[in-house]
Amino acid sequence: MYGSSDAAAPAAAYEFVDQMNAGVVRTGADLLCSLLQQAGVDVIFGYPGGAVLPIYDALYSSSLRHILTRHEQGAIHAAEGYARVTGRPGVVLATSGPGATNLVTGIADAYMDSTPLVVLTGQVVTESIGRDAFQEADIVGITMPITKHNYQVRDIDTLPQVIADAFHIATTGRPGPVLIDLPKSVTSGPARDAVLPAPDARGYRVPGHPSDEALTAIQDAIRQARKPLLYVGGGIISAGAAETLRQFARVNQIPVTSTLLGLGGFPAHDELFVGMLGMHGTYAANQAITNCDLLIALGVRFDDRVTGKLQRFSPHSKKIHVDIDPAEIGKNVPVDIAVVADVGLTLQALAADRLSADTGEWRAQIAAWEAEWPLRYRADDTCLKPQAVIELIAKRTRGEAIVTTEVGQHQMWAALFYPFSEPRKFVTSGGLGTMGYGFPSALGAQVALPGETVVCIAGDASFQMNIQELQTMVDYALPVKIAVINNRFLGMVRQWQQFFYDRRYAESRISSPDFVKVANAYGVLGLRASTFDEAKVAIEQAFAHEGPVVIDFVVQEEENVFPMVPPGKGTDEMTLEWEG
Amino acid sequence: MERTISVLVNDRPGVLARIAGMFSRRGFNIASITVGTAEEEGLSRMTIVSSGDDAMALQIVAQLQKLIDVIEVHDISRDQTVKRELALVKVHITKTTRPEIAHILEPFRVSIVDVGHASLTVQATGDVQKIDALIGLLRPFGVAEIARTGVTALLRSGVLESGYAGADTPYRPLIEADATNDDDLFETERE
Repeated sequence: MYGSSDAAAPAAAYEFVDQMNAGVVRTGADLLCSLLQQAGVDVIFGYPGGAVLPIYDALYSSSLRHILTRHEQGAIHAAEGYARVTGRPGVVLATSGPGATNLVTGIADAYMDSTPLVVLTGQVVTESIGRDAFQEADIVGITMPITKHNYQVRDIDTLPQVIADAFHIATTGRPGPVLIDLPKSVTSGPARDAVLPAPDARGYRVPGHPSDEALTAIQDAIRQARKPLLYVGGGIISAGAAETLRQFARVNQIPVTSTLLGLGGFPAHDELFVGMLGMHGTYAANQAITNCDLLIALGVRFDDRVTGKLQRFSPHSKKIHVDIDPAEIGKNVPVDIAVVADVGLTLQALAADRLSADTGEWRAQIAAWEAEWPLRYRADDTCLKPQAVIELIAKRTRGEAIVTTEVGQHQMWAALFYPFSEPRKFVTSGGLGTMGYGFPSALGAQVALPGETVVCIAGDASFQMNIQELQTMVDYALPVKIAVINNRFLGMVRQWQQFFYDRRYAESRISSPDFVKVANAYGVLGLRASTFDEAKVAIEQAFAHEGPVVIDFVVQEEENVFPMVPPGKGTDEMTLEWEG
Repeated sequence: MERTISVLVNDRPGVLARIAGMFSRRGFNIASITVGTAEEEGLSRMTIVSSGDDAMALQIVAQLQKLIDVIEVHDISRDQTVKRELALVKVHITKTTRPEIAHILEPFRVSIVDVGHASLTVQATGDVQKIDALIGLLRPFGVAEIARTGVTALLRSGVLESGYAGADTPYRPLIEADATNDDDLFETERE
């Protein structure tokens, strides 16, 4: 085969070149680009290397936009950011071996948070597969447990169907990452142009409408409930069901709590919203989940960070669980009414009638909990409070920015103190908890939506995990505002060490470079604020600036995230403040 | 309880790894697994014997269904099925034990597929209990080697028409096991 090795028959090669010149055939890589465009791809995040040289050569003359990052992990998190703010699949391209393995964290992250990705990896020539060739890694084997599906294309004729199926699988049902491994001999070999076929994955079925029995059971349960609670997650956003949810909740006056990934799926300012639940949920949300008599779980997976100790999770409630993934139902918590269906179609079918009895007493109880322990922090004039920074950013952006976060304390403060009112505005790594996610995902979000204000709320440690992407931001003139909540610690690790390891701060104190100088070295505006007043000025200056900005917020070192459900405790056993 | 799960899969490279990997990473047990071509070209049928309570069985089925290369999954543990396993057992013989062994083998309707001076190899087909019983009886004579295929299974005729839930519904009515499900130990086998 042409291009597969130096020993390939020269006659065949000449024949191929002749055919190419005649326009009869092109390379597999040209076909790939054509199919990607037919699938609606406009931008690829990637990094070149030996095994993807044919693909990069085809991209050179293609109208597909390519964003060159400084690390493959930056590319895949950017693609995740792109996917999360648009709902369209993010597309990533990396070379074989180390290029592919550098994607693994991002693939696992996308799998946990149901983010649609199509990941393209180069592979050594087919003849060398399995022989430990240079830059060979079994990326199909490595990513089997962390992809929704993956492929290795050994025959160019199968590529059109693989591309069609990959995009279909990544974006439908419960979205997720799909990887396509492309040996160099296939992308450099001859190919005929092809029309993208209809998807045809026989073993793949996407649940749709709920059954009439399920709907009746849900309706009956809501009619009988006195203390119903909607527990909603990322599935609401994936299903595009935020508006339907709002109508349903309002018509029936049912309070709503959200998971981390569900934030924005229901407006934060709505009086029915009781806030995020779980380990760092609000007092009212965790009291509501513990005391409700009907739990309506929509597009959620009963994650351990939500449920706390399973035996104490919502012990008095009848439980309805609607999810598009049958494997999520009953996985962690047994439920009374299991509905495998599209959560949006289910809500549409339910939205027609007012079902709920008077929930006034229940809502009054929740309001009392909110009054008893509202979300708050202790103001301190001697230092800058991290929560105050989030509030200032929220005020300046009127709660309308796209906010990405890294992972840790700042992430929880962003979730609690930034009022998300629309879906696809909050981009954060929930399931995997990936430090280094927030900054590149902000770049991807800004690439997707150039007109939007994109803020990355970062920690001083997390930001350093993919800080090299500053140059990517500069190259593509992406005006992302990076707010580094700098407490000189791995804040969440330190918080756990304070609570559970007797303040033995093992390796959690972490140093940083001067972020203002780092920003300047990249040609980016750098600002610093160490007091509330300085923070106000810096934020004003940053958002008035047209280009990207790094703001180093030097905040109080030993501030903690509250409320907190300690690990192994029930959601009703919150620590509201630290007295130790 | 013991679970028998019948899985129709695409006959593609890596499918066995996908399934075995899912079982191991989710902590599901595999007692035996058999794979072979199915009735339709391009498909294989796997019979997986596992164990677990009803909740775990539902998870196994649902997680299997999520795999794109899985076409159909059925938990046939409580259905009326034909279950068979093939075993090859090499047993030591002497002049004195040989007639005794032949006597033991007779009601099992096994075939002797290889004979030497010091050992003979028996091929037995049947359900697990029958194979276990046979091996138990041969052990005192000295069993040199055993190779067992693991259980493979199909639903009995007639079951399919009555409430055989499709792959779309992981929740299926439980059918009480019937006495006819358990094969007679000394049932006649035809080669």
